[in-house]
Amino acid sequence: MAHLSESAVKQIVEIINRYQGEQTPLMMILSDIQREYGYIPLDVQELISEKTGIPVAEIYGVVTFYSFFSLTPKGKYVIGVCLGTACYVKGSQQVIDKFAEIIGINPGQTSEDGLFTLDALRCIGACGIAPALTINGKVYPKVSVADVQKIVDEYKSLGGAN
Amino acid sequence: MAKVNIKIEGHSYQVEEGLTILEAARECGYEIPTLCAFNHGECSLASCRVCLVEVKGARGLVASCVYPVNEGMEITISSPKATAARRASVELILSNHSLNCQQCDKNGHCELLYVAQITGAREGKFQGEKTPVTIDQLTPSIVRDTSKCILCGRCVARCQAAHGTGILGFEKRGFNTIVAPADNRSFSESPCILCGQCVSVCPTGALMEKSDIDRVDEAKKAGKYLVVQTAPAVRAALGEEFGMKIGTPVTGKMVAALKRLGFDKVYDTNFAADLTIMEEATELLSRIQNGGVLPMITSCSPGWVNYAEYYYGDQLDHLSSCKSPHQMQGAIIKSYFAEQKGIDPKDIFVVSIMPCTAKKAEAARDEFKHDGITDVDAVLTTRELAKLIKRSGINFNKLPDEEFDQDLLGEYTGAGVIFGTTGGVMEAALRTAYYVLTGKEHEAVKFEAVRGMEGIKEASININGQELKVAIASGMRNAKVLLDQIREGVSPYTFIEIMGCPGGCINGGGQPFVKPQFLPNEDLDILDTYKEKRAAALYSEDERLALRQSHNNSQVQELYAKYLGKPNSHRAHELLHTTYKARVRFPQK
Repeated sequence: MAHLSESAVKQIVEIINRYQGEQTPLMMILSDIQREYGYIPLDVQELISEKTGIPVAEIYGVVTFYSFFSLTPKGKYVIGVCLGTACYVKGSQQVIDKFAEIIGINPGQTSEDGLFTLDALRCIGACGIAPALTINGKVYPKVSVADVQKIVDEYKSLGGAN
Repeated sequence: MAKVNIKIEGHSYQVEEGLTILEAARECGYEIPTLCAFNHGECSLASCRVCLVEVKGARGLVASCVYPVNEGMEITISSPKATAARRASVELILSNHSLNCQQCDKNGHCELLYVAQITGAREGKFQGEKTPVTIDQLTPSIVRDTSKCILCGRCVARCQAAHGTGILGFEKRGFNTIVAPADNRSFSESPCILCGQCVSVCPTGALMEKSDIDRVDEAKKAGKYLVVQTAPAVRAALGEEFGMKIGTPVTGKMVAALKRLGFDKVYDTNFAADLTIMEEATELLSRIQNGGVLPMITSCSPGWVNYAEYYYGDQLDHLSSCKSPHQMQGAIIKSYFAEQKGIDPKDIFVVSIMPCTAKKAEAARDEFKHDGITDVDAVLTTRELAKLIKRSGINFNKLPDEEFDQDLLGEYTGAGVIFGTTGGVMEAALRTAYYVLTGKEHEAVKFEAVRGMEGIKEASININGQELKVAIASGMRNAKVLLDQIREGVSPYTFIEIMGCPGGCINGGGQPFVKPQFLPNEDLDILDTYKEKRAAALYSEDERLALRQSHNNSQVQELYAKYLGKPNSHRAHELLHTTYKARVRFPQK
């Protein structure tokens, strides 16, 4: 934990303390850290382990089980392409492949400039507008491969990394 | 406990309510094939799907390891549907398994191979992708090979139950799931104490000790003078590898085997256990008299020392500075013994037979190398010794009983023998402390209060009107309780014995596997009783010996007179004592 700054430790401990007395606080702690800091690296997991008594390996297991949690910082714009059944049969695989090709990263990765993270999502409940994707929560309906370049350009023009 | 009436294979039985089908069937004389299930649920239950049986009225087949029996239940194990399903479950596991059984060190003790055999499962029935593989062989102690892992979770449960450190866990998801230390690190880059408890429960070869047999072979080829020493716990379990009942002491046959394996000298580490008591008791008394750091804690168990360095780096001055007995013995062999025999220490190769995987890493520590001379050159586990014996064509069961070599380092006392079980080091120390403080022997010899398999024991011993409060812990989960007291400054004890593995060395990670399916002549509850049985083997040897107190070991006395001076002398410190250092749990990569 040597390289966590003092203020970071204080902030993480503050989050852990929110759930004192909870029988199973781990998911809530991890959710808050993910939401507030964008990722949960190993040294943060060590700190959680120390404060809660939950083994680091178990915490790491939870972090790597749920795709919502991330071990590395996510990009400024998180592109989530739905690969649920409806979207998939409507061609979302081709859409995510196109994003991967244009940005130059695989699903699950973040671009080197920190601008984009590409995620493959399971059904997001928007089957009526399949194929659908979300970017930082904003939903894009009925996306075709031809739309992809335009969407990427739109966010590129919005501005640089964090 | 209430009873319920059930039928298995059409026969009626009464069994305790609350048992699982698997447990109930076992009590009724059936053995449902299973793979992941272990020791009262010390595993990730129902993960392997091998123990499927038919239950009348149930939808589909049920996993008998989790399904509780209830009144009127009718269970069928042998139906074609159930046997086919069990076979398919095993074949599915085999489809994602590294199938190099001939090269696998676990061959002969592999539960997967066994269950494949009895279910009739064949490799290659299902073919497809395999989970990406990690092989970690960076530590001198344990090799982790995920290609052989069946995700039963026994190791995860054992590590957490024994030590509370939970080094291993399930990582990732679905087909990519592996069992690993956090971040899929090597054991060498995580705070693993290398005790090998995970190895002792693994059903396959996914977790194994790192074998040093080849290094012994090379030394032999190079014409080295080979000296072997055996830890006390080895004799209490080695016989199991040759079909003997658990708890059969095999000291004489073990010595006979070692002599036939071409070792030039066969010694007992118990000699150095006696030496350890002399050093440790002197250190303790001097700490008491000179206001030193108390409580003092034993340092014989390298698993425990690793734990202390990772988790209690701020309390290391409580550890006795004594090396562990086999390191002391190695140091004495390469100094005193070499000098007396006129052999260049560089030509001597010391092999320790230990019940322990952590001893391998201990022997490799920098602290135990001086001027290019290593105290101990190779450590073999009890299991590796059995392999060596089998490989060499020795019929162990038919060997005569022979004696350890008697010259220089040959004598040992009952106090040394009981080092192999929890409470044993404490009892050995008390026998000598009693003598030192009163000038006479403790009449009953034994100190009953420090015996037994409880995780934490405490006792108050009255010696000459002086109360000595002591405590004993095995398994780091228990040690933590005593250590937190020390950290908070409220420990009431003067002397504490800590051993890494639950029950002490007799249950070490290098001991023969205790797997009930391979032990048809043992009782059904053998997993609950094997530790006591092995410990009893050591206590029985102690009872048989004429000398039972370390200070009465005449060759230890001779060693002091001729070479070391007196306990804790300058030379003794150079050869027999060591230092510890706090270690970072997850070093940055």
